[in-house]
This record gives sequence, C-alpha cells and structure tokens, in this order.
Amino acid sequence: MKTMTARRGKAGAGTRLIQLRFLAHARSGDKGDTANVGLIALEPEYYPILRKEVTRARVARHFKGMVSGVDRFELPNLNALNFLLHGALDGGGTISLKTDAQGKVYSTALLRMEIPVPAAIARKARRAP
Amino acid sequence: MTARTVRVAAGQGFWGDWLEAPVRQVQGGPIDYLMMDYLAEVTMSIMQKQKSRDPRMGYARDFVPLMERILPDIAAKGIRVTSNAGGVNPRACAEAVREAARKLGLSGKVRIALVTGDDILPRLDELLAKGHELRDMDTGRPLAAIRDKVLSANAYLGMAPIVEALRGGAHVVVTGRVTDTGLTLGPLFHEFGWATDDWDKVAAGTVAGHIIECGAQSSGGNLLRDWRKVKGLANPGFPIVEASADGTFVVTKHPGTGGVVSVPSVTEQLVYEMGDPHTYITPDGIADFTTIQLRQAGKDRVRVSGIRGRERTDKLKVSIAYFYGYKAVGTLVYSWPEAYDKAKAADRILRQRLADLGLEYEQILTEFVGVDATHGPLAGPPTADLAEVQLRIGVRAKEKAAVERFTREIAPLVLTGPPSVTGFAGGRPEVQEVVAYWPALIDRTEIEPHVRVEILEP
Repeated sequence: MKTMTARRGKAGAGTRLIQLRFLAHARSGDKGDTANVGLIALEPEYYPILRKEVTRARVARHFKGMVSGVDRFELPNLNALNFLLHGALDGGGTISLKTDAQGKVYSTALLRMEIPVPAAIARKARRAP
Repeated sequence: MTARTVRVAAGQGFWGDWLEAPVRQVQGGPIDYLMMDYLAEVTMSIMQKQKSRDPRMGYARDFVPLMERILPDIAAKGIRVTSNAGGVNPRACAEAVREAARKLGLSGKVRIALVTGDDILPRLDELLAKGHELRDMDTGRPLAAIRDKVLSANAYLGMAPIVEALRGGAHVVVTGRVTDTGLTLGPLFHEFGWATDDWDKVAAGTVAGHIIECGAQSSGGNLLRDWRKVKGLANPGFPIVEASADGTFVVTKHPGTGGVVSVPSVTEQLVYEMGDPHTYITPDGIADFTTIQLRQAGKDRVRVSGIRGRERTDKLKVSIAYFYGYKAVGTLVYSWPEAYDKAKAADRILRQRLADLGLEYEQILTEFVGVDATHGPLAGPPTADLAEVQLRIGVRAKEKAAVERFTREIAPLVLTGPPSVTGFAGGRPEVQEVVAYWPALIDRTEIEPHVRVEILEP
C-alpha cells in the first residue's frame, strides 16, 4: 500500500504528479459494449481538481487502444465525474471473451492515471490512510 | 411525533445472490416490504432456454425454497414481497409459491399476485408486421436481421401492475420483466398514494430503488473506499430504505449486521452502471441524478433528498435475447522461473496449431492473468520473478465445430509445449452457447393494454 507515485515530471513548479487512487474512489459497470466509471473525490476539495484535470481527452489518451470513445458527465452534488468508455468491453455482455466482460474493475484502471496537483494537496493525499 | 415511514428492504440483488439475506431482512428488525431483484440483461434468455426444455421452468427456481423459509414470518408480521423472480414464466413461479404456502398451512393467509404482459415473444411477428422495427438501440440495425434467432423478448414494465396488485391485497407479487426500480416504486406509491405524474416522487422512488437493487453493494459490499475498514462482511446487512411521504428517505440496515451504510457506500452504488446522470430513464419517469443530496444522519444512516424528475417517455425498453454462436475459454498456469515468457510461448504455439488446422474464429483473445487481464497495457511490464501466470485463451465462432476443436487443443499443450505447466485438472473447457442482447424501444401503447394482474386463488 505504500508504493507511491508523486513526482515532479511534467507537473510544473509547485505541483506534483499523483495517481488518481490517492484522490478518488471509483466504481464501474456496463451497458452493452460501454463501461462506465464513476470517479468520486475522496475529499470535497479534490473535486474541482478532478473536474479540471481528468478531462475527456486525457481519459481517452489514458485508455488509448482500449476504448473507441469517451464521454464525461459532472455530478458536483456527489463530488463525482461519470465516464462512459465506449467499445471498452470487446463486444460486452455474453459476447465478450474478456475476464472483465462487464467492466467491473475498469474503475481501478482509471485510478492508475496521474494528474498534476498542488504540492500541498499531494502531501495531504499521500498521508491519508 | 414521528412522521410515518415505509421500510423497503432489499433481499436479493441478482439471481445467485446470498441466500441468507432475505431471511435476515425479515427476522433482523422491522420492515414493511421485501424487494427481490433477479433479472439482469441476459437472465431472461437463460430462463427462456430452460423453459423451452421444460414448460414448467423459466423462472428463478431458488425463489420458491426461499419463500418457503420466510412465508411464516411474512404472514405473521404482515410483510409484503415484490419480486421479478417470475422471469419468462411468472405463472409457474407464482403457482409454485402458492403451493409452498399451502404446504405451510398458510392458504388464505397469503395472497399471491401474478403480473403478466411483458412477454412479447408470441406477439413479435404481429408487432413487426405493424411496422415496429425494434431497432437495436446501440447499432441501429432492425430486428428483422436476426428475427429467426430470437430466443426471448420482454418489455420492461414499471410500477403500475405492482401498485395494482398491492391495492388488491397481495402479500407476494410475482412478476416477469418489471424494472428493478419498479419493485421499490410500487410499494412507495401504494403506501403514500402519490400521483403517478408527480415526477419528483417518481424520481425519488427510482433513486431509492437504484440504491438497493444491487443488495449489499450499497451497504459495504464491493466498496472500494477504505475497504479494509468495512467490518463484519460475513454477515452483511442488506440495505433498507426508510421512505417518507415527502419523497425523502434514509438508507440504512438492520442493527447488529456487518458492512456499512455511508455517503461513500451509497455514492459508489449511485454511479454504478450510470449513463447520462441527468437522464436516468425508467418506464415510470426520468430521474436527474445530479439533484441527489446525501448526508450522513447517524451510524449506518444516510439521508437522501432533493431529487428532481421529469415526465416519462412514451416508449418502453424491450430486452431481446438472440442466439449468436459459440465460445469457449481455456486456461493453463505456468510457474516461475520465466512464467510470463512460458505462457506467451504457449499462446503462440496454440495459435499456430489452430491456424494449421484451418480453423476460423470470429475472435481469439489471449489474456495473461496476473499480468494484463484487467488493466491491459496500463499494467506495465510484469516483474521478472512472477511466481506464476495464468494463460487464458478464449475463442468465439458462429460454427460449433471450430470451438469444439479448440477445447481439445488446451490439454495437449501440457506435454507438447513449454515447461512448468499445471492447473488443468478441470479437464476440457466447455463449449458455451452465446446468447446476445438486443435492446430496443417500443410504444408503451402496444404493451400496457396487455398487462394483467391476477390474484391467485388460495
């Protein structure tokens, strides 16, 4: 649990790159060949960061070669974003040959993504249990 | 003074859920309703296959012994049950429950209602002839393209027949393809006498239904946030909605049970299988999930309020299942050292053999479990000293023969391929029929006049 990715990289001055798993929790499900990932901020103050940094384009880049298109919806009332990952399930439902044919753990694959955050936020997120 | 609340408890979140849950919901504290959701997208086709082999089958059979266990308590406490366990044969299911009640000496004490009219398989050609194309909502193809392969076709019904059944005094309501959320909406509209065009109330009940329809998935099961802190999952408390007449409700669970009901646990369930959150469409109305307000209101109590809705559409969704082809999945385990390289070599050899045999597949998919099965390339390269890797190869084809032969090509790799291989004790992989899902829309005016509610004679 102590492996941590928080590095300067392309993050710019005063910011750090940090994996989404330290900022959000998530659950995913399916509808046909589309997987959805609901990304929920661990703290209310992380939500504006997620909203700004976890864009449709960056999520599409993250899943390059794994999905054919991405939609994003905002749920500020739940401090959450919902992503639709089209073509993610290799046909989906009963057709798919994948272990994760119903996209149950696609959520965790999104949590691997790194985004830049202010250094103070990175320190706080890293300290959280 | 306490305002009147109605308690709707979840007993099953899918066909195959924990069998103890309904019993503990009934015995663990006060509830008014027990809702049991059995139907996922492909469940109907499985049931249709069973019914075609035996006309007495075609429903969730384990519902009947479950009801046998809880009927005495239900009768004594006045708890009422709503369930779509009837699948493609709700009549046989309802009659089996009635028989169970008779055996328990509860005839006359437990009234059983049967809801029919969702099954449009017998009417399919008539509907197509009338110009309903039943196009696939995802691909736009008209149903005519696969008409001869259709195995089941059911319209999603809403709460209306459940409300009618409860008004008729039913203690157990058995339905076919009623929406998961309708099983919760029905009791709430019956109890509070809400107008069915009060769209905010429809939306509130829909959200309540969505939160509990997957059972413990909103009360600590499959909860990612702080998962190590979720205690007592050996005896998980399934969720209960305590609804008020103003459309607000509290999500909770029985005292003394495991799991947790928290803002995070409810939020994770809210986003599960979510599409456009502004427009969650059910037969009864449209819920706007961006209006939901959650607040922790005590231990294992989450208050839900603020939910807004919009008018229902004039269409109902139809779930059609059709025969697609065949598939099989074979696995072998390769051990350290160089486990991943051995598994990759075995995959190359197997593919070469299939090609040399001239076998053709729609798809061959290889996954290396422990390396890339769930995260694909995002997982990065594996460490060199992996203890083992499972090679998992799946094939799919329209013709059974090619899939059949594939199932006989796995075991030979043990003595004719890379070394350090095990995990084949299960024998040859099984050839599975692929039954695919075809979602479509139909005018509600074609369905609703055919919906019937019967109270079975005791």
